[in-house]
Amino acid sequence: MSLKETADWVLNITNQHGASYADVRVVDEQDRALATKNGKLGHASDSASRGIGIRVLSAGAWGFAATEDLTRVGVETAAARAVEIARASGRVKQEDVRLAPEKPVVDEWTTPCKIDPFSTSIEENIELLLAADKELRSVKGVTLAESNMNFRRYEQWFFSSEGSNIHETKYTTGAGYAAYSFAGTEIQKRSYPNSFGGQYQNKGYELLHELKLVENARRIGEEAVALHKADQCPEGVFTMVLDSSQLGLQIHESVGHPIELDRVLGMEANFAGTSFLTIDKLRNLRYGSDLVNVVADATREHGPGLGTFAYDDEGVAAQCTPIITNGQFTGYLSSRETAHAIGANRSGGTMRAEGWNRIPLIRMTNISILPGEKPLTFEQLVADTDRGVYMQTNRSWSIDDKRYNFQFGTEIGWEIKNGKLGRMLKNPSYSGITTEFWNSMDAICSRDQWTLWGTPNCGKGQPMQTMGTGHGASPARFTKIKVGSAYKGT
Amino acid sequence: MLTKEKTQEIFERVKKYTTADEFEVLISGGHSALTRFANNTIHQNVAEENYVVSVRTVFGGRTARATTNRFDDESLRRTVKASESIAKVQEPDPDLLPMAGAEADSGAAQPGRAFFETSSLTPEQRAKGVEQIVGVAKGHKLTTAGIFASSESVEAVLNSRGLFAFHNQTSSEISVTMLAPNSSGWQKANSPDVRNLQPVALAEIAARKALESAEPRELAPGKYSVILEPAAVLDLVGFMFWDFGGMAILDQRSFLNNRVGTRIFGDNITIHDDVAHPMQSGAPFDGEGVRRQRVQLVEHGVVRRLVYARATAEKMKKSEYADKVGDIAATGHGFPLPNEMGEAPLNIVFDGPIGGVGNNIEQMISGTERGVLVTRLWYIREVDPYEKILTGMTRDGTFYIENGKLQHGVRNFRFNQSLPHMLCNVQEMSAPVRASGEESFDMVVPAMKVREFNFTEVTKF
Repeated sequence: MSLKETADWVLNITNQHGASYADVRVVDEQDRALATKNGKLGHASDSASRGIGIRVLSAGAWGFAATEDLTRVGVETAAARAVEIARASGRVKQEDVRLAPEKPVVDEWTTPCKIDPFSTSIEENIELLLAADKELRSVKGVTLAESNMNFRRYEQWFFSSEGSNIHETKYTTGAGYAAYSFAGTEIQKRSYPNSFGGQYQNKGYELLHELKLVENARRIGEEAVALHKADQCPEGVFTMVLDSSQLGLQIHESVGHPIELDRVLGMEANFAGTSFLTIDKLRNLRYGSDLVNVVADATREHGPGLGTFAYDDEGVAAQCTPIITNGQFTGYLSSRETAHAIGANRSGGTMRAEGWNRIPLIRMTNISILPGEKPLTFEQLVADTDRGVYMQTNRSWSIDDKRYNFQFGTEIGWEIKNGKLGRMLKNPSYSGITTEFWNSMDAICSRDQWTLWGTPNCGKGQPMQTMGTGHGASPARFTKIKVGSAYKGT
Repeated sequence: MLTKEKTQEIFERVKKYTTADEFEVLISGGHSALTRFANNTIHQNVAEENYVVSVRTVFGGRTARATTNRFDDESLRRTVKASESIAKVQEPDPDLLPMAGAEADSGAAQPGRAFFETSSLTPEQRAKGVEQIVGVAKGHKLTTAGIFASSESVEAVLNSRGLFAFHNQTSSEISVTMLAPNSSGWQKANSPDVRNLQPVALAEIAARKALESAEPRELAPGKYSVILEPAAVLDLVGFMFWDFGGMAILDQRSFLNNRVGTRIFGDNITIHDDVAHPMQSGAPFDGEGVRRQRVQLVEHGVVRRLVYARATAEKMKKSEYADKVGDIAATGHGFPLPNEMGEAPLNIVFDGPIGGVGNNIEQMISGTERGVLVTRLWYIREVDPYEKILTGMTRDGTFYIENGKLQHGVRNFRFNQSLPHMLCNVQEMSAPVRASGEESFDMVVPAMKVREFNFTEVTKF
């Protein structure tokens, strides 16, 4: 059977079993993972996965079944199981699921990709990583060098009982490295271009040419070693400047997660938690200062973020939703099931599944803070700061289960004194309350300083799903921030 | 469910396609189902069946892996070729050992961990369990959220040197959160045998915690005597076991660098890794098919031994650290090759209190003049890798204790706490139990009463 025939067969089976709605996702995924450690290839693997996920509404409740068996018998069994599960769900419900209307779509889309990463030779991939690794280890005092490179090709065919037929192919490329230095009673670490695997975007191998991995490696190694002799970041209340990657993670944790409408409505209460952004706060909360403008933008125009796509996994077209507008809270991430809770007549188009064997959940798309409208470089921002601390590259992150209280640590910091970057500071950290923090932002750099970062490892749901999200940010300044509390009392 | 015979048949088909000096086939997967509820409603309800075959080939000291979930001949052939082509472009690795032989998986029989009652659990049965939990919630005028999950899985390791290790097990799990207007409570349990799970009992405890912590008051941050329930203990201590592998020392990324053989925890802390423990779970062999051994990691506060994959043990013997890390031998704790991490102990068992059964949580409370009871922790992350300072939040049932009694719920705290310091400050322990949290793998751990636990901030709820 062709995929279309398979999907039609499944939709027919679910209809016969009494489903009022069904959608089918057939996914064919290919991944490559390479890693080096101390001059040797560490991990080297290719993987392929193909299967079908069938989601149905029956008895006013959801059921989902997935199988790798794409034979007629296999998909028929899974389709019947999905309906059986939905009927069981119907035993325990308060009201029937309601879906916001959505016009069926027939379309096809592929990530713009100049160089298909899978077309590049493994020798070339390994050579690049080992060259960066060699530079890191050329610095005396680097005790561990690690690098990684990952590619993904994710092809999905989406069909729904409402008539949608969408074929979408996404490419993801990512790479990065880290230098560790152990001396005395300290392990220090520096990463490039970001921590936890580097930079990831929905584009091809051209990303690797842009990252300048080898060119930055020696500096990163030197900083890792230099941190041992740096002063401990002081504890106190200071003005703070964040680099764009740390600000990207700050957005992820203190804006991106709390605006997920499923969390707000209690659907994640047992695991990921809920949100302080109860529905009464929509358009009634000053989330940040006037300079804070955040969007959830899945459209191509926003850039090749990990949250960029043409259609979500409910067949809803990518959209740009204003989340914070001149400091006011203006929008949530929603789905067809949850849209009615905020009076919307259409889903915000944010439902994504990790793979064929997972249901789509509300996930961050590209949650980005818009750059400042007035020209402002990082150097000008520092020059405009009398005293403060500049923090760069995340090391630790934690936030409570309603997304109020957070604490972040970064790999490195610098004192800002009289408008200049001064001494290096080790073990920097800061903490605060989400809305107080965003209301303290008094400057943000302009578009030329803005980077669309990729977070490839956002976890949510049960069973756990890992998803890539995008976060655009420029360096920004915050006032009266509590700094250094991570080491308080320890 | 994939049978042992079927895995052998897949291995034989892979054999036809490879020209490698040596090859290894890992097969894993099974069927799983998870019923998820929130707002007293089943809102997500899923099931899947999936198996993967992963092929590792070796050519003259060069190795790589390729994986697929398709078992037709063409897919297996492509997977073998993908593995071979990645392997062939590498430089030879002098540390790569020949694959383990059949004798590596020999040893005593392991406890049976597959139960028909779990593998045959239906969506209807899970829904009935959820219905009972919702009934408890409604009875207390609360809202509930959680999961009821069950699965059956297989793991097999076969290689061209005749090794054939196979494991089949089931698992089941219930997690319950009860929500009141400004408080919550939580409980979680899992077992290979679903008959050991008690949905109503778990729901009642979670409900009591939600009700008793209502209208939480703000308590100033600072150092408190803290009673950590087993789930909170495991979520904290889980962060240190990744450092108990030999590779972590060779890489100098472990908080045990220069500390093996020294006393870094209290005298009352003794820890083993023991997959055969009756409250443990998982396959009795590692990622190379080597039988897992019982290893004493910590004895009365002294770090005694590390765990080793085969290649790590050989490398450690030749390293500058060889005389500083205790006994060095392969222990059956390696991850599938190739990898950068090496190994880790993942079947942790804490010894109980010295010389007795210890105090249960109620007894710990009654002996506490002023302190805090913590049900569960959340979003724990490492702040400092060598001092092993962790940060995180309390969640779903945090109480102030005074004069031996729970007084009231308190707003949730942020902590910044060094793990070695915490494990030097354990005043009391309960008998260890199988516990399950969200930040770490399941373990057999006691509840602990810890002095001077470091709360640094308070949140708004």
